Amino acid sequence: MTTALRTHELGKRYGRSRHWALKDCTLDLPTGRVVGLVGPNGAGKSTLLGLAAGMLVPTAGRIDVLGEAPSSGSEHLARVGFVSQDAPTYRGMSVADHLRLGAHLNPRWDDALVRERIDRLGIDPSRRTGSLSGGQRAQIALTMAIGKRPELLILDEPVAALDPLARREFMQDLMEAVAEQDLTVVLSSHLVSDLERACDYLVVLVDSQVRVAGDLEELLASHRRMTGARRPSDVGPAGHHVVTASHTDRQSTFVVRTGGPLVDPSWDATPLGLEDLVLAYLRGDASYERPRPTVEVVR
Amino acid sequence: MIWLTWRQLRLQAVPVAAAVALLLVALAVTGPSLVDAAEDGARSFLTGLSADTFKVTLYYAGIATAYALPLVVGAFWGAPMVARELEARTHRLVWSQSVTRTRWLAFKLLGAAAVTATVAGLLSWALTWWAGPIERAIAAGEGTGPFMVSRIEPALFGARGTVPVAYALLALAFGVLAGLVIRRTVAAMAVTLVLVVATQLLVVSMVRSQLAEPETITTPITEENLVGLMISGDADTIENVMQIQVDTAETGEWELSNLTLDADGERMRTLPAWVADCGGPPPGERAQAGAREACFERLADEGYEQQVTFHPTSSFWTLQWRESALLLVLALGLGGLCFWRIRGDAP
Repeated sequence: MTTALRTHELGKRYGRSRHWALKDCTLDLPTGRVVGLVGPNGAGKSTLLGLAAGMLVPTAGRIDVLGEAPSSGSEHLARVGFVSQDAPTYRGMSVADHLRLGAHLNPRWDDALVRERIDRLGIDPSRRTGSLSGGQRAQIALTMAIGKRPELLILDEPVAALDPLARREFMQDLMEAVAEQDLTVVLSSHLVSDLERACDYLVVLVDSQVRVAGDLEELLASHRRMTGARRPSDVGPAGHHVVTASHTDRQSTFVVRTGGPLVDPSWDATPLGLEDLVLAYLRGDASYERPRPTVEVVR
Repeated sequence: MIWLTWRQLRLQAVPVAAAVALLLVALAVTGPSLVDAAEDGARSFLTGLSADTFKVTLYYAGIATAYALPLVVGAFWGAPMVARELEARTHRLVWSQSVTRTRWLAFKLLGAAAVTATVAGLLSWALTWWAGPIERAIAAGEGTGPFMVSRIEPALFGARGTVPVAYALLALAFGVLAGLVIRRTVAAMAVTLVLVVATQLLVVSMVRSQLAEPETITTPITEENLVGLMISGDADTIENVMQIQVDTAETGEWELSNLTLDADGERMRTLPAWVADCGGPPPGERAQAGAREACFERLADEGYEQQVTFHPTSSFWTLQWRESALLLVLALGLGGLCFWRIRGDAP
């Protein structure tokens, strides 16, 4: 089996709200990858991960995690590790108590691995998690999720509350764990820079819908920024899918997903970085999917 | 899960259990002397006991504790159980371990229920044992001073037998469900207190008396059995007599009603003014010779009778078992609702 997370027209509305937090989401994420889920705040990242972790029940469509419905029993729970947004811990309980909790509640708990991690992080096990820094708390939550030896690790904004140095350390540490344990990871962030070094698969989620999903290398290889003389709006280079278009008086710039080799010499094509790629998809939405507000002058 | 259940419950459980244990020690130390003293005869026993401030205090402290325990259990053990997890978002940590939510709740609920039943059971059993000699004396009609209330009467019934255990378990279920629905610890605690008190009042006022068939005695009204007479108007111009009360030979009973019936067996809402003579002259006035006797004679001639409805003291355990069973069924139902409610979204 090679599918970590598969969704089909997955949708979620909360309570009696008419607003779809996630809509028509169809995804197929392979195992053995580190998947970065990017999107602005409120795009539906947490909803998607909450559905994958079995914390939420779908309103529409279906979702399979490692080939089964999410949290369909204790055995399935043991295969999936989940760290929720803000990495909640019991603030009145010590680090050692958290590890004991993990050992009691997980049949595949790897105590040696966990002790070694806590040791390496230099966290005193007798301290209450309430007295730890945000970064250390996130590390405790991650350690608990890794300690149950899951096949899939789902991390919702694991570094959002951390300062830049702690972010980098956390991601490095995560990468080491992934390399050691043959894990599939799905992690979300609203900052591309968090994911740049870590991910090899990208999903961009905007306005509760999947904008693009694919292997990171392939995405970077197939997208180009093309600059040429001013063209009519939104008429991009032939044979290529236009992601965004911007125009000045003299120049038109398109970000395109290439459909084949670039042969037209009237275009100047340059490759994109991850940040530019993601931004193109975020902006693409803003420029032609959302209706612009009309301004009227009332006298 | 057992470890986690105890780890999270002990902070609230230990202080409550310690307070109850302290009371149990006091009861255990003083209990045997009550049994001895009771052998001297019921009247002198209760009279002597009334002068013992410590034991009188203990008697009332026991009643107060038995009534307070369900409130404490509901608000401090039940309401925070899930609400505090939801508030601190730690439900997302614990529900993503390799234990299903249903199993997690089962352990938490059963663990707390076991501790609740043990604490409430010990307390109630000790109180029932300790107050046994007192209550036997009261049931024999020797009640005096602070020891007047029979254990089947509402003021004591909820602090004796099995009912305190049932109330504590019901309060626990109310608390957990309120926490699950309201998702805020403090609000859930407040709602739990209201629900528990409302249930107690509802059961006392409307349900308990229906749980067994009460007994009825119909008796002529005589100078000997008349114990109360309520008049409307003032002493000079009596409008009518609101009600009269008689005493039956029954002792230690829970009296439900004490009504006057006319010759047709219909209940009298008020009685004629002349009935006031049966009560004797107003204070400070001289009795009119023969007026009282004439009054009782007239009551008998016109066919008035007094009907007393009551649960005898022997119905105590029947009422206890039935009320406990009713409350436990309700608690089980609420527990089932908790399991239903914990499924679904955990945002």
